[in-house]
Amino acid sequence: MQVPAQVEYERAASVEHALALLARYGPEARVLAGGHSLIPMMKLRLAQPETLIDINGLSELSYLLLDAGELRIGALTRHAELLGSPEAGQHFAILHDAERVIADPIVRNWGTIGGSLCQADPSEDLSAAFAALKAIMVICHPGGSRTVTAREFHTGPYETVVAPGELLTEIRIPVRPGGGSAYEKVGRRVGDWPVGAAGAALWLDDGLIADAGIGLTAVGARHFAAPEAEEFLRGAAASEENFAAAGQIAARHCSPSSDQRGPAAYKKHLAAELTVRALRRAAGRARGG
Amino acid sequence: MNAGEPYSAYGPLRRKEDARFLRGRGTFVDDVQMPGMLHGAILRSPFAHARIVSVDPAAAQAHPKVRAVITGADLAGRGLAWMPTLSGDVQAVLATDKVRFQGQEVAFVVAEDRYSARDALELINVEYEPLPVVADARLALDRAAPVIRDDVPGRADNHIFDWAAGDAAATDAAFAAADVVVAQDMLYPRAHPAPLETCGAVADADEVTGKLTIWSTSQAPHAHRTLYSLFLGVPEHKIRVVSPDIGGGFGNKAPVYPGYVCAIVGSQLTGRPVKWVEDRSENLMSTAFARDYHMHGEIAAAADGTILALRVRVLADHGAFNGAAQPTKFPAGFFGLCTGSYDLRAAHCQVTGVYTNKAPGGVAYSCSFRVTEAVYLVERMVDLLAAELGADPAELRMKNLLRPEQFPHTTPTGWEYDSGDYATTLRLALDTAGYPQLRREQAQRRARGELMGIGISFFTEAVGAGPRKHMDILGLGMADGADLRVHPTGKAVLAVSCQSQGQGHETTFAQIVAQELGISPDDVEVVHGDTDRTPFGLGTYGSRSTPVSGAAAAMAARKVRERARIVAAAMLEAAAGDLEWVPGRWQVRGDPGQGKTLAEIAMAAHSSLDLPEGVAGHLDADTVYNPPNLTYPYGAYICVVDVDPGTGEVKVRRFVAVDDCGVRINPMIVAGQIHRGLADGLGMALMQAIAFDADGNCLGGSFMDYLLPTAVECPSWELRETVTPCPHHPIGAKGVGESATVGSPAAVVNAVMDALAPCGVKHADMPLTPANVWSAIQGVPLRTDLAFT
Amino acid sequence: MQITVTVNGAPVTREVEPRLLLIHFLRDDLGLTGSHWGCDTSNCGACVVWLDEIPVKSCTVLAAMADGHRVRTVEGMAARGSLDPVQQGFAQCHGLQCGFCTPGMMLTARWLLDHNPDPSPQQIREALSGQVCRCTGYENIVRSVLWAARHEKAGRDGGAAEGAG
Repeated sequence: MQVPAQVEYERAASVEHALALLARYGPEARVLAGGHSLIPMMKLRLAQPETLIDINGLSELSYLLLDAGELRIGALTRHAELLGSPEAGQHFAILHDAERVIADPIVRNWGTIGGSLCQADPSEDLSAAFAALKAIMVICHPGGSRTVTAREFHTGPYETVVAPGELLTEIRIPVRPGGGSAYEKVGRRVGDWPVGAAGAALWLDDGLIADAGIGLTAVGARHFAAPEAEEFLRGAAASEENFAAAGQIAARHCSPSSDQRGPAAYKKHLAAELTVRALRRAAGRARGG
Repeated sequence: MNAGEPYSAYGPLRRKEDARFLRGRGTFVDDVQMPGMLHGAILRSPFAHARIVSVDPAAAQAHPKVRAVITGADLAGRGLAWMPTLSGDVQAVLATDKVRFQGQEVAFVVAEDRYSARDALELINVEYEPLPVVADARLALDRAAPVIRDDVPGRADNHIFDWAAGDAAATDAAFAAADVVVAQDMLYPRAHPAPLETCGAVADADEVTGKLTIWSTSQAPHAHRTLYSLFLGVPEHKIRVVSPDIGGGFGNKAPVYPGYVCAIVGSQLTGRPVKWVEDRSENLMSTAFARDYHMHGEIAAAADGTILALRVRVLADHGAFNGAAQPTKFPAGFFGLCTGSYDLRAAHCQVTGVYTNKAPGGVAYSCSFRVTEAVYLVERMVDLLAAELGADPAELRMKNLLRPEQFPHTTPTGWEYDSGDYATTLRLALDTAGYPQLRREQAQRRARGELMGIGISFFTEAVGAGPRKHMDILGLGMADGADLRVHPTGKAVLAVSCQSQGQGHETTFAQIVAQELGISPDDVEVVHGDTDRTPFGLGTYGSRSTPVSGAAAAMAARKVRERARIVAAAMLEAAAGDLEWVPGRWQVRGDPGQGKTLAEIAMAAHSSLDLPEGVAGHLDADTVYNPPNLTYPYGAYICVVDVDPGTGEVKVRRFVAVDDCGVRINPMIVAGQIHRGLADGLGMALMQAIAFDADGNCLGGSFMDYLLPTAVECPSWELRETVTPCPHHPIGAKGVGESATVGSPAAVVNAVMDALAPCGVKHADMPLTPANVWSAIQGVPLRTDLAFT
Repeated sequence: MQITVTVNGAPVTREVEPRLLLIHFLRDDLGLTGSHWGCDTSNCGACVVWLDEIPVKSCTVLAAMADGHRVRTVEGMAARGSLDPVQQGFAQCHGLQCGFCTPGMMLTARWLLDHNPDPSPQQIREALSGQVCRCTGYENIVRSVLWAARHEKAGRDGGAAEGAG
């Protein structure tokens, strides 16, 4: 089995301590949470940080709670905890749909939400799910914290706006009435990265779509989102015809690459097909089905 | 045992070997620790084809934990840079002039620990000059193709061999007279056995005693010992090869790999044991792959559905060195079994082997020496014929299967099938599956636009290689031996030359001996895997353990029984001819009270009893079994799938498998073997393949890309059996280890093609991933051996 | 750096490099070779052990991360010489062939039964979906876990356990 290069190791005792260590060790330091994105990269020597800052002891970053009309997820929450959370499932079924098809149960035991988001793999399911939900990311730095939207958070493959010396600490999703969400993924096998996946969140008001969120992953959608398709749906009826049209618009605006998961043409088709299916199920859930 | 109850040691006995594995007390190669042991790591080529300009190990040698760095030049100085392959070709141990596949071995580092060895690899400086690549096998024989094997003087192309079997003229005539001819190209993609344990070795060259001990993941320890001796020049009696517990073989662990040789040389250089265990990417990128047959099949039939003839042309991609492991006289293995289970008038098959810039191999992964390719071809052709005729695929098969009275049956390509009652087996499969109900359900679903498919595969395969006259590997005949010793207290030790990698030999071989001697399997210890303690044999692959070593064990036990008769006669002061055997005991015919148990006889043999002619001071016996023929297990498989037309995803809903492997020693173990092969077939049909891009980059070099089925994709396998004993095997057994891998891919592919028939799809190649299925529905299935575009 | 890990109930202290993977710590430093490794990309699950009572892939965890925590391996499954019901189930139902994936499979099965004492075959398959077996085709692994579940239920219900020991 492949093994990492030499690295230094520090264990953070608090968020402040973690930030201080990040400042001390500079840009060649990496935060180590579950390690299930970073350690595989280190074993293949695609990532060679000089120092690891282990934040697994920061229990203050591990929580899932409803507070003032928002679902607040601590960045250190494990995938398995999100999948097992009744609050998360009740308000944002898309998160359970997505978690069920992320990696495998053992990896989900240890990998964290924050870790996956900060890895920013262009095929990351949670990036699409949070984009669909229009979540807010909370980033801490020594002076305080700042928020960015989920869409602003991702700037490109393996790139986020989290600067050296900063730490993602929380993801927030406002709970709004009339909402329903769903996630649809095609993989070649259980646990595979998606060939294509789509998440949809709809907020209905009297049969019309008050707001829509569509997240896409693995198909080259900018910021993991389909804003043109969302714009089309806003104010429209939650109908099959409109879903089909939205799917076509979403597909038109993504630029997948061919690889051994599939040719670009197929992934484009999936962008449309899975958007439709996610919208259909989201609408069903929004209506209380 | 109650009086009157027939004795049988056969049955679902729980396994003896489980005791250590359940407690995590197995000894696999990477578990082996020796005092002073060093660790090796291999530097591999990133290029598929490149000239080596220079190799500079200086920085690695300067690493404080490194004890040696070996390059191709170092090996060349010792005459070890090239080694023979199992196909009579040569393969580079460490590259000297060129690298010829991505992942090829270039240098070997020996260090104090595995992490330092890995670090040191980065300190070796290699300068390459990339060359044009042959990544598409179909272009390998083009005049413009670069010559890969310019290490062989005079070689001007990438052609390895041509081989043919059958009667071309008779086949042409049959085709000319046929009412219906169907032709189809089909690829059996490059796959890899991927046992969960990778390959590795611990080599200990003891400078004082001159003994070379190699623990390695070897399916054929004795053959390896002989090869090491011939190649390294170490006297064979000074070499000991130990295959400890092995975490799966499936043909991947039959060859000698460069890493083993490097570990040996490393130990010779440093005077310390050297362990080398490859990582998974090395396993997938450089060790024996399987299949990679580009096939063109034609089937000819009469209008009433009588199949007349089969014609097959194959382009075989062997990679950069011909390292395929099969009997010498069969460069395309047993591909001649492509006539399948049918009563054909004529057949002709032709295989052309070519070099490409890929890893060597070809024969592996439970292929029974290319029978996987042969069965896939014929079972797809039969389904394509059924579609052309508008015939039901089950009825078409039933009409054309060989009948019991036709056995032993010599096929148009010269194979003598031993025994079979094919129709009964197929009927049982159809009944178990509820075939008519499935077809009715399919009709209903089709009316709703749903894609449901039913696929059948009927296979005959050939195992138990094989008769020495016809079958050898590098000149070593494929016979196998057994040594049976019976201790004075009546306990037995059986030493066999085959080598378990999980098949349960410690249990099943004990059952064979127990059955012959009428003692408990608990009283039989099976020894295997250590060349110092076991007789010579060609090892375990090609499902040959039961047919060959199992036969040897039975024959040895029968010799012991006959010796026991002679001793018992002396003990009872009776004539040997007046004794009769009841399990465990020789007794006087007509006076059963006068008898001796095997334990009593064993003690007497070792005592001061006056022993007659024919027995020395013990009951021990050994034998070498030269099989008179192969054995021919067979089966009927039925697969049911549902396909999502919007995404191309395939779900295997049911899989019914009816196998006939003759007499079953341990039905529990037989079922386990079949379960595995069915998972193999599902995997290869739906997700497993190793493709290459135009630069020869391997696109299946990790388990993220080379996907293996999990418990979720696999249905609950439904198994039934028929039992048609093998007429020439001492206990009537045929062997079963590879049957399911042979028979299952066609069942899954036939099912998916059946599901897609309403979309006008005739054929798509494995793996039938969602992308491939969807592309097929659009009219253009994917070519699966190259990068998708 | 120095780490102290409680392994199968007993604390061990060793000097390790920060980059040392937990699987190598267990196998090479502690000689607990019952846990195996089979890939480079955290896919195969041969390395599954418990970390604080949760199954993890120990090839993707640093030994340093286990400092101050508890690890359980297959060697810690049998209690005072008698096999865990999961181990018994694998023996009874031929749930292993080469034995390489078996420790990981059994540890995940043990965790599953601790949290879901009466799982369906589908739930068992999903729980094991991150672990590969090349020998069994999974059928008998599922049956082994079902056997263990039935056996433990019988024990809880006070009835005679089938085939115990």
